[in-house]
Amino acid sequence: MSSTIALIIIGVAVLFIIGIKLLASPKTARLGNLVAAAGMLVALLTLHKPTGEYVWSQGWTINYTLIAIGTVIGLVIGAIGAYSVKMTAMPQMVALFNGLGGGAAALVASLEFIKPDRVITTFIAVAMLFATLIGSLSFSGSIIAYLKLEGKFEKPHTFPGQNILNGLILLVILGLCGWLAFNASAGNATTAFIVMFLLALFFGIAMVMPIGGADMPVVISLLNSFTGLAVAADGFAINNLAMVVAGTLVGSSGTLLTLLMCKAMNRPVTNVLFGAFGSGGGGGKAGGGDLGGKTVKPIQADEAALLLGYAQQVVIVPGYGMAVAQAQHQVRELSDELGKRGVEVRFAIHPVAGRMPGHMNVLLAEANVPYDQLCEMEAINPTMDRVDVCLVIGANDVVNPAAREDKSSPIYGMPIIDADRAKTVIVMKRSMAAGFAGIENLLFYKDNTRMLFGDAKASLQTLITQLKAS
Amino acid sequence: MDTNVLFIFILSIFIGFEVISKVPSMLHTPLMSGTNAIHGIILFGGILVLADAATPLARTLGFVAVIFGSANVFGGFMVTDRMLQMFKKKKK
Repeated sequence: MSSTIALIIIGVAVLFIIGIKLLASPKTARLGNLVAAAGMLVALLTLHKPTGEYVWSQGWTINYTLIAIGTVIGLVIGAIGAYSVKMTAMPQMVALFNGLGGGAAALVASLEFIKPDRVITTFIAVAMLFATLIGSLSFSGSIIAYLKLEGKFEKPHTFPGQNILNGLILLVILGLCGWLAFNASAGNATTAFIVMFLLALFFGIAMVMPIGGADMPVVISLLNSFTGLAVAADGFAINNLAMVVAGTLVGSSGTLLTLLMCKAMNRPVTNVLFGAFGSGGGGGKAGGGDLGGKTVKPIQADEAALLLGYAQQVVIVPGYGMAVAQAQHQVRELSDELGKRGVEVRFAIHPVAGRMPGHMNVLLAEANVPYDQLCEMEAINPTMDRVDVCLVIGANDVVNPAAREDKSSPIYGMPIIDADRAKTVIVMKRSMAAGFAGIENLLFYKDNTRMLFGDAKASLQTLITQLKAS
Repeated sequence: MDTNVLFIFILSIFIGFEVISKVPSMLHTPLMSGTNAIHGIILFGGILVLADAATPLARTLGFVAVIFGSANVFGGFMVTDRMLQMFKKKKK
């Protein structure tokens, strides 16, 4: 590798690092994304083969025609996916793109591994096997995560001994990898490799199937970091430094992001992956006994509008229900209407509200809610006692006081938004169905809580009309 | 495999941890989406293996890898940009 290429690769790495860094602030995030994309373009234009030749100056062969066609097909698929997807379906799209990246990483490593008469060291063989294993399980796992978020088999699928069976499959996979690492040139290596590949694909499915839809954000984040690591391993395998740097950056930042998400839910990552939480099995009954004869108190829209219109401080807690009802524009309209009347409106964003961290922010941003109105959980909780009305729109588990009060609850200890501390709580909900965790919400039964039943979008529209009229 | 690559690998791990530790949770989705686009660099891996493909099988699989990688990188950056263009401050 000439020193010029080395310098360019350093430049590319710096662009990626600055890009991620800029993505970390709302003001510069968009620029950060463009900086990272620029890094990608530079890397593409200066792409060199492992042997050191410049890729784009070789004779034009059928292979290059295929590269051009394949890139254009991928570009079209990506563009259609990126621009046609509804904002509420964003998490699925990220899962899908991540899965494709994982699939590509597995294919690249496989092709290098099964290439005839190649000579590789054990270290390189391990890198290839790692990329194949992690890439293919990221591929199949992401597809399952995508389908779960699309509403297909959303409930966890569990059976007795599942973790043991998955553990055994993983052991077989690791055993095959271990053998292949030292026998990469053996006659039956290709067969063993294909078996390993298929088992890894299956393992990705088996790993994600038992996990409930509510935990998909954590899963997608984890699989995102997996794909990053697979790409880094590919970088080792085909001797491409830019891939090593980019893949590793994604792998480590993705791992940290996954841990941050688990921390927000107060659950260790192992619990998410192996706990099959959200099955509703044991959790469904928790807290049920204490509720006794307590009933919920419904409220009509006109009364709710009065409460809101004459409040001084209103906090809106959005949840997945708002995303499902596509109600973000009505939420913004309501907040503007209240603002005109001198009501101070803030939005309380729980770190895991919705299906991805920041899901609510993206939706509210789409509806032009200024981000200085969005408050994080830690910032808003100390002020909840002074809030007149807390309006909960389609959020459930993230405002459940059981997390504070009921030691037997499966969500006990999870940080929540203290909606129940507001003087009045209005909960907009379609029905009394439980949230993703499958547990009763104690908030609904509190004395200061009123339930406004109905579709969030329609209810909000009524509220806005009532406010305008009064 | 020279140790330089391992050295870079280890440093990259720490940089990855360092750059994201200060991200507000509101930007977690765009960040996940943005890093997702960055691992789309696997497209180059696809290009490199397809450029040297010698058998129909290698060509087919390499072609699929290029399509996948290309969708990952282009789709990833575009969807992130679409998300982020909506993070605007309200004009007063």
